[in-house]
Amino acid sequence: MRYSQKGMSTEPNKIADAPKESQQGFVYLPLIAGWLVPGAGHFLLRKWGRGALLAASILCMFVLGLAMQGKLYGGAHDILDLLSMAGDLGNGLLYIVSRVLGLGADQVQITTADWGSRFIVVSGLLNVIAAVDAHNLRTGRKS
Amino acid sequence: MFKPSHFAAVVLFALFASVVFGITQRQTPRAMVRYGIYCFVLFVGSAVVLSWIMFFIAR
Repeated sequence: MRYSQKGMSTEPNKIADAPKESQQGFVYLPLIAGWLVPGAGHFLLRKWGRGALLAASILCMFVLGLAMQGKLYGGAHDILDLLSMAGDLGNGLLYIVSRVLGLGADQVQITTADWGSRFIVVSGLLNVIAAVDAHNLRTGRKS
Repeated sequence: MFKPSHFAAVVLFALFASVVFGITQRQTPRAMVRYGIYCFVLFVGSAVVLSWIMFFIAR
């Protein structure tokens, strides 16, 4: 049995109705571009408004996390660190460039810095959701 | 260094997360806006309710 609800993003009938041309080419390009640069996947598909809103939200969340002295997880000492690093990696180039530039706190010492660390992790997770959405648009699962 | 209050942090978190949820989880612009507002209210509302519950537990 397939669950579907009116208004949800991936209705089964939309998959069947996907145009043929949307299946041609490298379908994973928006997914990869969207992961590396927030909103880039939607920009590639000429969804300017959605891409700009996604990019602004994810970028603001990441920058505010850094401004709150949030920590960028670089190594995994326990399972929570590992999960946090997985979330951070969702930021793509933002994470890599920030690590190279030495941004973010080494240790979380105040409450605000803990919130900042969560902001950074969640911005990465939101970026992954946005990249998958761009992939769904590319394959025709969503319009 | 940016040091928001706890409530300001909740509102900022809810705002950004709701924008992404609204755009990615719905098809039409109207449904996106409605779902985004719904998520924002749930985020902030649940934070306020849980805060009051913890306040009374701590007393």
